[in-house]
Amino acid sequence: MNGFPILSLMLAVPLVAAIACLFADAKGARWIALAATLVDFVLGIILWSHYQVGGAQWQFTESVPLFAGFKWALGIDGIALVLILLSVFLMPMCIGASWLAVQKRVPEYMALFLLIETLIIGVFTAQDIFLFYIFFEAGLIPMYLVIGIWGGADRIYASYKFFLYTLLGSVLMLVAMMWMVNLAGTSDVPTLMEYHFPVAAQKWLWLAFFASFAVKMPMWPVHTWLPDAHVQAPTAGSIILAGVLLKMGGYGFIRFSLPMFPEASAYFAPLVWGLSMVAVVYTSLVALVQSDMKKLIAYSSVAHMGVVTIGLFAFNRQGLEGSMMVMLAHGLVSGALFFCVGVIYDRLHTREINRYGGLSINMPKYALFFMFFTMASVGLPGTANFVGEFLSLGGIYQASSWVALIATTGIILGAAYMLYLYRRVAFGEQKNADAAAMPDLDGREWTMLALLAAATLWMGVYPESFIAPMRADIAHLDARLAQAKPKGDAQVTPGNPASVAPTEEEHAQGSAE
Amino acid sequence: MNLLTSLGLVASEEVLSGFGLLLLLVAAWGGDKAARTVTVASILALAAVAVMAVPSLMLSRAGVDVSAFDGQFAQDSFASYAKLLIYLGAAVTLLVAPNFFEKAGVYRAEFPILVLFAALGMGIMVSATDMLTLYVGLELNSLAAYVLAAMLRTDERSAEAGLKYFVLGSLASGILLFGISLTYGFTGSTNFGAIHESLSHGLPTGALFGIVFVLSGLAFKISAVPFHMWTPDVYEGAPTPVTTFFATAPKAAAMALLIRVCVSAFGSQTEAWQQIVMAAALLSIVVGALGAIGQSNIKRLLAYSSINNVGFMLLGLAAGTLEGVAGTLVYLAIYVVMSVVSFGAVLMLTDVDGNQVEAIADLGGLSKVKPGLAAAMAMVMFSLAGIPPLFGFWGKFVVFMAVVKAGYVPLAAIGIAASVIGAFYYLKVIKVMYFDEPSGKIGGKCLASHTAIVVIGCLFISPLGYLLTGPLGRLAESAVSALTHG
Repeated sequence: MNGFPILSLMLAVPLVAAIACLFADAKGARWIALAATLVDFVLGIILWSHYQVGGAQWQFTESVPLFAGFKWALGIDGIALVLILLSVFLMPMCIGASWLAVQKRVPEYMALFLLIETLIIGVFTAQDIFLFYIFFEAGLIPMYLVIGIWGGADRIYASYKFFLYTLLGSVLMLVAMMWMVNLAGTSDVPTLMEYHFPVAAQKWLWLAFFASFAVKMPMWPVHTWLPDAHVQAPTAGSIILAGVLLKMGGYGFIRFSLPMFPEASAYFAPLVWGLSMVAVVYTSLVALVQSDMKKLIAYSSVAHMGVVTIGLFAFNRQGLEGSMMVMLAHGLVSGALFFCVGVIYDRLHTREINRYGGLSINMPKYALFFMFFTMASVGLPGTANFVGEFLSLGGIYQASSWVALIATTGIILGAAYMLYLYRRVAFGEQKNADAAAMPDLDGREWTMLALLAAATLWMGVYPESFIAPMRADIAHLDARLAQAKPKGDAQVTPGNPASVAPTEEEHAQGSAE
Repeated sequence: MNLLTSLGLVASEEVLSGFGLLLLLVAAWGGDKAARTVTVASILALAAVAVMAVPSLMLSRAGVDVSAFDGQFAQDSFASYAKLLIYLGAAVTLLVAPNFFEKAGVYRAEFPILVLFAALGMGIMVSATDMLTLYVGLELNSLAAYVLAAMLRTDERSAEAGLKYFVLGSLASGILLFGISLTYGFTGSTNFGAIHESLSHGLPTGALFGIVFVLSGLAFKISAVPFHMWTPDVYEGAPTPVTTFFATAPKAAAMALLIRVCVSAFGSQTEAWQQIVMAAALLSIVVGALGAIGQSNIKRLLAYSSINNVGFMLLGLAAGTLEGVAGTLVYLAIYVVMSVVSFGAVLMLTDVDGNQVEAIADLGGLSKVKPGLAAAMAMVMFSLAGIPPLFGFWGKFVVFMAVVKAGYVPLAAIGIAASVIGAFYYLKVIKVMYFDEPSGKIGGKCLASHTAIVVIGCLFISPLGYLLTGPLGRLAESAVSALTHG
């Protein structure tokens, strides 16, 4: 792949297809969108197969000085690679999920989704800090329109909230970026990652970036846009929101906050831990009482993202690798869960849990997949979440055992709300006649869920395929963080055991020493 | 410097005044039937003087070589940059005006001539290197503008707009003149270079008052807070093509003039005006954003949006660095194009009979009725809000970059956070167009000339515009280099 601009091609394919969609009819737009996302998926696979594990840190780099203040600079490392893979894998699913569910203004819908794909890949590949910002912010426009046009009853409020919340978070980051670029004299991300900013300034910069990434992540207490946006977004919107857009926050932490401001990250780590602990416990409890399925899964996303931030700020390899795995796993599993909700929503047009019940009787295949993803969300060994959560929590245990203790309760609470949800939807008696009459999965739905399940299992059984490309980058980051690492509270030190019954002489000797 | 050289340097002004007087005769004999011919001739005249401005900008001409009439007038690259924007705004106005006025009654032949004289006045404003030249240019422009605002004589709103503009504009001119006289009294000269020199030895209190009054007068012209009150009324009341004109050409001229006065005349006392500009900038951003929220008329909304955008432009000037000024100029160019697109699109909003639709609520479901127009409006709204990847972001970017570089990080942070308030009302327009059900008010056909203007403008503010960041930046730098020369 020497010199071939594969990353630019991956950006161009959905963009061109998006424009083509606008000039097509509904049927044409669906096929164009599917074809384009599949082409991008194939390109993603090519990218994966040509990525040299253990090779240069930044691969497939491109750099063209097209603009005045910044460059068209692309390139990926292992961390970006796996997130790109997740995105290009989920995109055809999104198109498939909206194949029949979206009947209104199909060409525009498909065009916006393809635009989102371009911007997401752009975020993960940008090597220029301002190019990153442009891709990062631009995602607001299509998501705003998707929620606002195709969303549910309360879509307008949700779209405003989504837009303004995330915009306010991001603009401060822009000012911070400008300050950094002025100081360092370059907008090149790899160079900035090695640059040592003054510690006092780091704290301000860290806060500005945090304002943006915490909203995108989302962390408690700025998570409130997420349930609104999720509930009102169409199924595919939820999948892409949970699957990929939320990962931009985590990616931001791992690409910018941690390597660029290691000291500030260490300084603010307790803050992040605190917010994450609240997120894990509080939002899990909130999820437990939801009567709307999508809202429940949305709150569970916030809880899972809490585990991600805890792992990221554990300042060790286990935690970092674990966070990345949770992000990937959550992308698959929550995407699949939203799709599961979408399947029955398409049939009954309600997300009220009480309107269902006993679905395992009339929809056995569906119940099986739903069960599988419920278990995966809980973090059952053998599924992707287990790997990530185990590593994250193992990582944080080295930094703070209290945080680990509280964060681990999230798993128990997660099991509680997910199993409770599953029991109410799939088990019990068929109390609603219309729900009992729903047909089981069709071929399209079955294929998509099977693919998602296969990927979840792969990641759970053999995570090495995904950890291998990013291992070197995580190690690199860990080395960068080592100097600033906060001291753990569970440092095991060799004891100085006193003998059972000290004699007079021994005691005197001891004090003499 | 002999008279002939001086006369050669003001060639573009001579062309405009000559053409204006000639066309006035044509209009007098030809009557309103000749209106379209006069319009075409005026557009050609504007195109000709625009071409004449290009060499000066490309070659970064500055200093005594381009200074005419003993330092009263400078045909330098800075003036040329502003003139190009002014002529663009004037030409677009003339392109969209005939159909509008014919629909509303009669298209009068004086209209293009008044626009030409306004453009002439603005050309003199931006070239002025002397307080009195400045005032002559400003008044020439203003007098034409007052008449333009009241062009629809039978429309009460238009007459009201003209009167309001006239009364408040005269007041502002008075304030400006008072400031000029104070400055003259305490520095001993009306020439920018001499004022600069005199103030470099210290700032007498009287001269400080002079600066304050001069800036107040100019703040009125750019509609910066707290001298912005006239803007929404005039924008709403004036005929839409005239509003297009007000939002583009005089804005560019007054902003360029303000820059030249601040940097050339008062450049040796930067601290004296910097605080004023900073306060005006932040206030404009906030008031412009908050004021727009309650508006139900799209023209009023765009008026507040212009106040808001002027705030961002002033931020660049407030940085007090040449880079900041260059940023302001880049923003100005992008803003002029965004205004052209937004008002061009507003002109295309008609009902089935071709009558103008101005209420925002009537735009409901525009994306279903006229998807192209809705997309253009949405683009310009996102662009005005400064959301990347649209080109409006670049204007904000360069301005904030300059502010951060100058070390005013809190100013940048407050300014940019306030821009989020602005995003709210731009989103409102998009919400109405895309999320609401069709109102059934919009219909009719779009004119090819309007469509062409909007499409070209949209290409400029689309992400393709970023390819122009290099050339645009170089032109702005070339323009700014003239300010410090000599």
